[in-house]
Amino acid sequence: MKVLLWLVLALWAAGAGAHKPSDSYLSLEVKQDRIEGRWDIALRDLDYALGLDVDDDGAITWGELRSRQDEVSTYALAHLGLSAGTRVCLIAAGELLVDEHTDGRYAVLPFSARCNLSVETLALDYRLFFDLDPQHRGLLRLTEAKATRTAVLGPADGRRSFDLGGARDSWRELQEFLREGIRHIGIGYDHLLFLLSLLLPAVLVREARGRWSAGTFPMAFWDVAKVVTAFTLAHSVTLSLAALSYFDLPSRWVESAIAASILVVALNNLAPVPHGRRAAFAFGFGLVHGLGFARVLSDLGLPAASRLWGLVGFNLGVELGQMAMVTAFLPLAYGLSRHPLYQTVVLKAGSAGIAVLAGVWLLERAFDLPVGGVP
Amino acid sequence: MGFVRNHPCALWIAMGLGAFACGVVRAEAYRPTDDAEVLERLPTPGAERRELRALRDEVKARPDRPALAMALARRYLELGRTHSDPRYYGYAEAVLARWLRLPHPHPEALVLRATVLQNRHEFQAALADLEEALRGNPRLAQAWLTRAAIQEVRGDYPAALRSCLALAKLGASLTAAVCLESALSLAGQLQSAYERLRGVVTESAGDEDDLLWARVTLAEMAERLDRPEDAEHWYRAALAAGRRSPYLLATYADFLLDRKRPADAISLLEKETHADPVLLRLTLAERQVNHPRCAGHTAMLKARFEASRARGDMSHRGDESRYTLHILHDPTTALKLALANWSAQKEPRDARLVLEAAHAAGQPEAAQPVKEFLERSGLEDARLERLLADTGASGT
Repeated sequence: MKVLLWLVLALWAAGAGAHKPSDSYLSLEVKQDRIEGRWDIALRDLDYALGLDVDDDGAITWGELRSRQDEVSTYALAHLGLSAGTRVCLIAAGELLVDEHTDGRYAVLPFSARCNLSVETLALDYRLFFDLDPQHRGLLRLTEAKATRTAVLGPADGRRSFDLGGARDSWRELQEFLREGIRHIGIGYDHLLFLLSLLLPAVLVREARGRWSAGTFPMAFWDVAKVVTAFTLAHSVTLSLAALSYFDLPSRWVESAIAASILVVALNNLAPVPHGRRAAFAFGFGLVHGLGFARVLSDLGLPAASRLWGLVGFNLGVELGQMAMVTAFLPLAYGLSRHPLYQTVVLKAGSAGIAVLAGVWLLERAFDLPVGGVP
Repeated sequence: MGFVRNHPCALWIAMGLGAFACGVVRAEAYRPTDDAEVLERLPTPGAERRELRALRDEVKARPDRPALAMALARRYLELGRTHSDPRYYGYAEAVLARWLRLPHPHPEALVLRATVLQNRHEFQAALADLEEALRGNPRLAQAWLTRAAIQEVRGDYPAALRSCLALAKLGASLTAAVCLESALSLAGQLQSAYERLRGVVTESAGDEDDLLWARVTLAEMAERLDRPEDAEHWYRAALAAGRRSPYLLATYADFLLDRKRPADAISLLEKETHADPVLLRLTLAERQVNHPRCAGHTAMLKARFEASRARGDMSHRGDESRYTLHILHDPTTALKLALANWSAQKEPRDARLVLEAAHAAGQPEAAQPVKEFLERSGLEDARLERLLADTGASGT
């Protein structure tokens, strides 16, 4: 056998790039019992496997690819297995597209897999091209809820199992939803206005003949604590029940009821009633506000695998945001309540303003009228 | 603005990277409308493609004939080398698989797989394959030669020398001479090895491929001897053979860059942007003359390094170190890459990467492993000695 010198020079010819090793890009997004996928496979690799260049002119045209698209999809999907636990997911291919990567054009195969079972454990079996090129790799990008992970799939480890429930970082998830809860209180004007309306009179005590005067700080503190606790208990109950899908109400009803709750409490401040009832208001209307929170949480996409953590985090976030607001409110209102104008300007005029705004929201939400800016 | 003024290409790069990023992000999968739209051009020309297809069909039809499989694998390896295309190394590996699964793997299949592994810089696994092949057949010249090459790259010159001697025992040849003199030149006998090999090459009228390798070896020795005219002579002689060799292009380009001849480097490399090592040198040359294409090539390099990192490929750390140092101007990261590269391979150019990055990062002490290696091995290289003097000066 002749000694081949170029084999030695090959040592250094480890080129990548425009000539790079074969990779495919597989993106999977898990949505409960479905998996949406996109698979980018190099045309050059498909040609090596299937011979796409039918007229043998060294160029792969769209016509050549299009006429073989069923064969391409079938070949690719025959080398990919997806299961939810042990249940095999049925993969249906979409229409073939084309995209460009660093080393040339790729066929893009969109597909959708139905697993008929919420995907808690994704078992993946990747076998593309390994028989033709053991250096081929599948670059996986797996997304579920907000978490994305990546993996490099080779012949030795093309079979992988991804635990989407247990392997999720529950602590991080909790933190994430906690932040969302705080954020929602910060931008959810209707909840803030409701609480504010309930708390404005808390720093005052009622005297004879329906007159108010400034109370002591401990009195104000306990009053605020009672109202806030009642509101928290109530909305936590309905938030949890709705988030865990025990019941649901049409969002238009809920939103209208929230606007109505603000209106009632603000009007109540204009025509005083005994203090004790405000805690009852807070509880009763709190049930409605909880349904409002639940709607936000479902919009955020609570992952099936970790509903409880998401719920706990979000609820804690709402309470933290609320606490921050109350902590800022109490000393400020207490200080202002010493001033004779607090009653007329802050309590009465403030409540009147809130009542008008809440009335507008109520009309808008109940009758679907585009009146003004709604949060 | 100081950065832009000092690095004329910087502005081009900033604009180019921006444009490239937009291009990449905006690029969306689409459905072509014209059947005649050409999506991809296959890399091998028609005749070669048909010949390969015929060979593939033959192997498929007669899967029990090792000679056919070895011929196809060799063909793929050769294509992989001339085109710097790693896909062919993968195809070769697949063709060899059947003959490696046997209880006593086919020795030639082992040698060929060693080449595949060597190309991926999996030196340990490649050496293991070669040992096994030589146990099966100690007269496999190719195995001794490949073994010597790997040992040389890893800086184990005495072992490389032993492999070359075993090769020479199988018959005196230009190949054995190049193998021996190359190992000796690194192990402290640079001057005499150069003279001896020059004598052999001048008298030889051997195979053009063999002569190409001999001339490139001579050119590299002349560079280490600080004899640029001689180096130029051997590089030109090697080029005159008209053989495709990305290795030759890249080493000659390095020589031209060192001689501050970027225009010559550009005209040498212009049409060879497929191989990363070549593209890197082309981009470095373009930076020196503030060439408008520099930005596009920089963006290409960046995308390629990212693509190979995505698949966990570690074999480009040397080039990436140079890219990071001279194009990204990040000496600290470049030094890390250079040291990681140094732990895997120890050619003079690998030593140079560490010395340059350590100097630029202001960490001359980081180059200590390289200094110790140079003292222990007796490696002579005028360029490294100059760098060492610089680093030493800045270190005190």
